[in-house]
Amino acid sequence: MQGSNLDLTPIWISLKTASITIVITFILGLLTAWWIYSRKSEALKMIFDGIFTLPMVLPPTVAGFFLLMIFGVNQPIGKFFMNVFGVRIAFSFSATVIAAVVISFPLMYRNSRGAFEQVDTDLVYAARTLGMSEWNIFLKVLIPNALPGIISGGVLAFARGLGEFGATAMLAGNIIGKTRTLPVAVYSEVMSGDMESAAFYVWVIIGICFIAVILLNLYQLYVRKKRSF
Amino acid sequence: MLEVQIYKKLAEFDLDVSFQVDDYILGLMGASGSGKSMTLKCIAGIETPDQGRIVLNGRVLFDSEKKINVPIQKRNVGYMFQSYALFPNMNVYENISVGLRARKVKDVDIVVQKVMQQFRIFELASRYPKQLSGGQRQRVALARLMAYEPDVLLLDEPFSALDEDLKEDLLQELKSELQISKPVIFVSHDKEEVNYLCDLKYKIKQGEII
Repeated sequence: MQGSNLDLTPIWISLKTASITIVITFILGLLTAWWIYSRKSEALKMIFDGIFTLPMVLPPTVAGFFLLMIFGVNQPIGKFFMNVFGVRIAFSFSATVIAAVVISFPLMYRNSRGAFEQVDTDLVYAARTLGMSEWNIFLKVLIPNALPGIISGGVLAFARGLGEFGATAMLAGNIIGKTRTLPVAVYSEVMSGDMESAAFYVWVIIGICFIAVILLNLYQLYVRKKRSF
Repeated sequence: MLEVQIYKKLAEFDLDVSFQVDDYILGLMGASGSGKSMTLKCIAGIETPDQGRIVLNGRVLFDSEKKINVPIQKRNVGYMFQSYALFPNMNVYENISVGLRARKVKDVDIVVQKVMQQFRIFELASRYPKQLSGGQRQRVALARLMAYEPDVLLLDEPFSALDEDLKEDLLQELKSELQISKPVIFVSHDKEEVNYLCDLKYKIKQGEII
């Protein structure tokens, strides 16, 4: 590895992307899960669940294609941002976040929804008869009692956002120091034959993901021990 | 006084009941799946009848013709669930206070202290439901709903989660605690419980009072 010309920016870009992404995905996924959980109509649930899960089952390049159709510079929304705010979304840093949010969202949404559905419905009914509002029930009954599932959804979504490649490459491109994330950097280095640099990026990704999963397991061990509540 | 008239189509049969409860304990008896719990859920607002009318102390809670359906939060009913439905993430004090705060009751702390004294759970204030015995859980559940002074008490098989030998003492206890001037509906499949506790009893079978 030629230490001097090894580019470290992908690490910071990836960490920045993954950090911003997980905040957005966490809140969005949690609220969406709650919204679906609260619907009565099974048909409505099924249709929206299908839509919200699509980014997870589609090839990321397909998701990237649609994102380009929405945020591309010559597309209505992309043009709107350009004209009104003077912001270019495609091939900018914000594009790495948008791509990662879209791809990681289903993991957060599905895990949270599953966790909500595991909560004893009598607790929700009891909370209502006690006079608690739906928002209050969400914050004080649903989230605390579904926390282990929500946290594991968050960690998986974080790892998925960090590892996002296909949609990122399509919407954000591969601009060094701007949109070249770790997974994109691995691809680029391999393509240019620099296997040593690629290996360096690979180990960084493995390291971060491994730490995230270990932390998740530690948390779940802690929850299991604390089950007295 | 609680006046109930409910019609609801269920998977196995139609629930079709009408009765009144004054300030005494009414026992609703029947096998599991006979519609007795569903009746309670309709009164509380957890389930919605297809047709009918529910009036509590002159206040219309539900009227299918006038399209009135007061939300659960505003019905002021006390519902005791089979498994007590204490919030596992809150200690005894929080379990009782959380509803009072939601109702914007004044001096929540004083009300909680008082009700904890009354139900002899004062020293359990900081314990979590998992750390309580079955009998203690029942007392906490009752304290939690008595704290906000509901207009009617709905008890859904409160003894089914308890050991047999514990039941006898708790039955006595509950009887003395239920000496209140409010309508109470006690749902159970156990004849002895109902005979001991209730002033009047109805049998439900296949969704109908017989």
